[in-house]
Amino acid sequence: MKMEEQVWTESKIRSKTLWSIIIFIILLIAAIVCWKWIISSEKDQGAPKPLRAVLNTNESIFTAMFNQNRLSKTYPASLAAPRVRVNGDEGMSEDFNPDTWKLQLIRKTGDTIYISLDEIKSLPKTEIIFDFKCIEGWNQVSHWGGVRFSDFVKKYNLEDEAALQFTGMHTPDNGYYVGVDNKSMMHPQTLLCYELNGKPLPMKQGYPLRLIIPVKYGVKHLKRIGTIYFSNNRPPDYWYERGYDYYCGF
Amino acid sequence: MKKIVKKHPLAIRWFHWINFPVLAIMTWSGLLIYWANDVYKLGWNDKTILKFFPDSFYKAFNIPFRLAEGMSFHFVFMWFFAINGLLYVLYLIFSGQWRFILPGKKSFGEAWRVLLHDLRIKRGLPPQQKYNAAQRIAYTVVIIMGIFMLLTGLAIYKPVQLNWLCSLLGGYAWARAEHFILTILFCLFFLVHVLQVIFAGWNNFRGMIAGFEVKKTTDVTTQEEKVTVQPKTSES
Repeated sequence: MKMEEQVWTESKIRSKTLWSIIIFIILLIAAIVCWKWIISSEKDQGAPKPLRAVLNTNESIFTAMFNQNRLSKTYPASLAAPRVRVNGDEGMSEDFNPDTWKLQLIRKTGDTIYISLDEIKSLPKTEIIFDFKCIEGWNQVSHWGGVRFSDFVKKYNLEDEAALQFTGMHTPDNGYYVGVDNKSMMHPQTLLCYELNGKPLPMKQGYPLRLIIPVKYGVKHLKRIGTIYFSNNRPPDYWYERGYDYYCGF
Repeated sequence: MKKIVKKHPLAIRWFHWINFPVLAIMTWSGLLIYWANDVYKLGWNDKTILKFFPDSFYKAFNIPFRLAEGMSFHFVFMWFFAINGLLYVLYLIFSGQWRFILPGKKSFGEAWRVLLHDLRIKRGLPPQQKYNAAQRIAYTVVIIMGIFMLLTGLAIYKPVQLNWLCSLLGGYAWARAEHFILTILFCLFFLVHVLQVIFAGWNNFRGMIAGFEVKKTTDVTTQEEKVTVQPKTSES
């Protein structure tokens, strides 16, 4: 294969060069205008609107493609970290009284029940040792125990609610709150978790009950669950409001 | 009248110039993300030769506390990088342009001579086509790097849905490190590439904008002279 050769007059060379440069500069300016438009556009939940629109599209694509049979890799217990990293204390206010805690479960508006830790512990227990991944970029193999969210749904007849698009959760003081798509909530590795390394959850890790959801970044693993509810609209989400992607899923 | 050679087809010029701002944005937004867990360094045990990155570097480029912004840019412009790259590779395959880029048997030996020539150590090069041997190797390697950039990126973006890919690349933490190393290599490539383009001069640069390169007429005549001279010497 050879490159094509031609014989051109000086003026043809000059005019072709000139036009190419003009088009090149126009495109360059167009690129700069696009950039300015993105960074100066109005914010939607902390992210410039054009970027937010694409992130939402990404979310639709990856929610549609989500396969519940794909599992997060699990590890032997010997590889689990003895000291598990604590990151963030939003929603973990000091005045919390664990003795009076009960999980508030809102099934439908006006149909709320309260569930004690003992009742949750009486459900079949599932343990998982997986590589916990923080949105900041670190990861740590850790060992958690609790009840599968899907088992919890079965026990409390929440099939209709779980068929909605989202589950919302917030801490008792409502200082931290997340929304998670129900495909991810019903993933077999998603736990309402009350144990770490075979012992009750430490206070800083969300005693008495936290979410462990290996298909999401750590920001979604809400500690100290106060309330659980269901919705077809996105429940409010703490980090989403601060410019992060809503989906945050693997 | 001058001889010109049609060097870069229009499609390749588009792919090349789209890639330029896209890679710039991906590298910058990647830095914003990396800062939130900046654990990599050159060194051993407690000894650090070079920390990625020094605080002065972060300050100079206004990197700190912009993780959310970095992620939003990264997960938007990833589409441009992936689609542009995919179309480029498909174009190379179906247009036959890959023949100019893929190194041949001779390329590896010749690349050494190109290197000595470019470093002004030794004169003279064997005749080259569109790209010289060193360019062939460099451009092929950078395409492979692009493919691995996409794969390692996918592995850390969807480590559960693509758990097989993540495992294949050595797990989540390794995939993240590989993604980072590839970025550094990309930056080094960029540096050398820009320097080489500056040294090569305007005629070469115009090739990537207007598509054609003007052939130096003096070159043509000297080559012809050599051709005519050689048989004479062999006769005598």
